[in-house]
Amino acid sequence: MSKSLKLITDPLNLNNPITVQVLGICSALAVTVKLEPAVVMSLSVLFVLAFANVIISLLRNTIPSRIRIIVQLVVIAALVILVDQVLKAFAYDVSKQLSVFVGLIITNCIIMGRLEAFALGNKPWPSFLDGIGNGAGYAIILIIVAFFRELFGSGTIWGIEIVPKGFYEFGYVNNGLMILPPMALIVVAVIIWVQRSRTTELIESK
Amino acid sequence: MEEILNIFVKSIFIDNMIFAYFLGMCSYLAVSKTVNTATGLGIAVVFVLGITVPVNYLIENFLLKKGALVWLLGESAAKIDLEFLSFIMFIAVIASMVQLVEMIVEKFAPALYSELGIFLPLIAVNCAILGGALFMQEREYTSIAEATSFALGSGIGWFLAIVGIAAIREKIKYSNIPAPLRGIGITFIITGLMGIAFMSFMGIKL
Repeated sequence: MSKSLKLITDPLNLNNPITVQVLGICSALAVTVKLEPAVVMSLSVLFVLAFANVIISLLRNTIPSRIRIIVQLVVIAALVILVDQVLKAFAYDVSKQLSVFVGLIITNCIIMGRLEAFALGNKPWPSFLDGIGNGAGYAIILIIVAFFRELFGSGTIWGIEIVPKGFYEFGYVNNGLMILPPMALIVVAVIIWVQRSRTTELIESK
Repeated sequence: MEEILNIFVKSIFIDNMIFAYFLGMCSYLAVSKTVNTATGLGIAVVFVLGITVPVNYLIENFLLKKGALVWLLGESAAKIDLEFLSFIMFIAVIASMVQLVEMIVEKFAPALYSELGIFLPLIAVNCAILGGALFMQEREYTSIAEATSFALGSGIGWFLAIVGIAAIREKIKYSNIPAPLRGIGITFIITGLMGIAFMSFMGIKL
């Protein structure tokens, strides 16, 4: 039991897909201006990752290794089409905001990375847990980044105003820089800084 | 003609793949340790983008779009809409093109081939390539010339970004960085600052 638990908890901190494995940065940064798209994006990735892991793990003994990348891409693309159609049907506004980034889950390095590194060599159940764990690790970073960017950039959380009106009367101004794309990188860098100061074994040698 | 030039300049500087949309971040971070390999990968990306986007443009406009099949099946096909297949078609084109490029590079530039190593096949899952195809779809370019100039512009923008960061990383090895920021952390911050610098191009129009 503890081993399966470790599969889920490890990616949350010590083996986080974004800050430690440095995978799947592309989409992580682009959808974090507001909290809502970030959460929807995390859930989509979690779903695709968990099920792609299971499917590839079931097929792992039948895929010839020369064409495995194409097989993996087809499995992922099929799952992403599912997610995309569901989002378009039930959350059209968010799907418009995410624009091309739902499609880009196909090439999200986290998914390919986990399929290559884990699902090809493990049974379906551990692969499923690994998918959930890594999806959750991805989600945590996305939500932290989106929380701070929305709070400082627009003064809201999930579209609800958090900064009191009185602040603005005293001259508080939303930090427009936080909404711009480059700040996402810098917020992630700060997260990495904090994480590595707390767990020193992650520091890269010179 | 003017419009084509405008799209070209715009996709290099303003809508830069890395600084504005964070596409292709994974290989951008992993291969930017030395200028030489970065240049090789940059050229490969320009090449693959320059081929795949026009090909995908043709597929989109003559096969997938609503009513696109009229030229083949006559008026009865006007209602057929295969848009939902676009992810799978695009990724299949990209994967096969990358395979082709890989064979060409292996034959004619073996040194570059061994240097790029694993990253050449991984261009298939480089978000910048699929991102190029999806942006082409979303922005609805009116002619194949526009789509091609967009593809080449984005490729060159990506090339500039990766060569720039590689040059900076070669120098930064000698500086004294806070331990937790070493490696990936400082690279994020530099990319953020480069992104802010690139934003000064905003509003350029030919």
